[in-house]
Amino acid sequence: MNDILEADLPVPPAPVIQAQGLTRYFHHKCAVDTVSFNVPRGSVFAFIGRNGAGKTTTIRMILGLLEPTRGSSSILGYESMTLPPEARARIGYMAEGHPVYSWMRVGKYTGFQKGFYSHWNQDIFASVIDYFAIDPRTRAGHLSHGQRAGLHLAMTLAIEPEVLMLDDPATGLDPSARRSLLEAMIYFTRSRERTIFFSTHLLDDVERVADYVAVLDYSVLRACASADTFRDRVHRVVARFRSEPPHKLPAIPGLLRVTRSERELSLIIANLNGRTERDLEELGAVSVDEQPISLEDALIAHVGRQGDKSFFCSL
Amino acid sequence: MTSFNISVATGTGTPIYRQIVEQVRLGVATGALAPGDALPSVRGLAEQHVINPNTVAKAYAELVREGVLESHHGKGFFVAEKRQVYSRAERVRRLQQARDAFVHEAVFLDFTPEQITKAVDEKLDELDMQSKTAGDKP
Repeated sequence: MNDILEADLPVPPAPVIQAQGLTRYFHHKCAVDTVSFNVPRGSVFAFIGRNGAGKTTTIRMILGLLEPTRGSSSILGYESMTLPPEARARIGYMAEGHPVYSWMRVGKYTGFQKGFYSHWNQDIFASVIDYFAIDPRTRAGHLSHGQRAGLHLAMTLAIEPEVLMLDDPATGLDPSARRSLLEAMIYFTRSRERTIFFSTHLLDDVERVADYVAVLDYSVLRACASADTFRDRVHRVVARFRSEPPHKLPAIPGLLRVTRSERELSLIIANLNGRTERDLEELGAVSVDEQPISLEDALIAHVGRQGDKSFFCSL
Repeated sequence: MTSFNISVATGTGTPIYRQIVEQVRLGVATGALAPGDALPSVRGLAEQHVINPNTVAKAYAELVREGVLESHHGKGFFVAEKRQVYSRAERVRRLQQARDAFVHEAVFLDFTPEQITKAVDEKLDELDMQSKTAGDKP
């Protein structure tokens, strides 16, 4: 079997978010299928998956905005479905797509938004607005996509939350707005008690900021581990042949993906063992080398395969 | 600080913490970083490159373990006096590992032994290693 468990890892701090068997159907279609994970306090947790994989549905269930069909989740120690307002005030949530009231001027958002929260830091709001080069007199409808994200971020950070829940915050942003967003995320972690949970499909961002990664694909959690573990355990092995490589391969434990070219087989394998290299040599490979693999390749190897369920979960 | 600079790239086969480790090691090996030089703070480097501070901390911790850096409590990280923390056998093993990967790649790309040797010499010249003594000299 492909199971990977981290027995040797130190006990992580108490989780800020816990999902247990979260499942949600829309009519007969399963959007999220028995998803379980923990988000440790003080971590940056990346929730990765393609559009329609079930990321937003999962986030909405964690925030108590959508009832799960089965399973449960908690955030800051409270059941999601009965989250009290005091706890909600400690969560900064940036919804997908950054919707705004187009007629409202940016500066007016302060008075509007702070009415919903017991705590509001106007300095933070103003400095984030400034950071994204937004004139407070602009009507929200005239903002660029990146500026709209900046306005949402300013509203989210002004309440000085303990947990940031960012649903696909970087999609559609130009490179400079995207960089500003990442800078704000890094800045947010200045206090070690703060936690960020963000969904994305931009893997450069994940590589830069994430402590943990979870991969959701076709509503199923395929992998969930620390970013380092993930990289350390997934390997690429390149076997070179004198002629066309053989078409039939022996059973290779943990094999995620095979690419073949004229004289080469490239295999992406979870939990490589020494046997695999010997097996490849017996097939007539002239050289078998382990090659570095990018986080992106390691992650892509985990999506698009139906059938195998969560085989790489350690949180 | 000298003119030493760290750069970080994403989407490569090398994790970011390893890129930092390798660049600091190379800086020390080539003399761009001298014993006693201060390194950027963990926060500073993380915010400069927009990367997770834990990644920088992990790189620095590894460099301390290897004896490349020293942590001066409360003051940050500094380049340590040169000492070799690996045994001779371990150094030989690491050299062989690096050599094999390099030679396999070069042979596969159809270079001749002369061309491969020349490429190595050129790189050594570029690093200006003349003043360097062997790590295992008494």
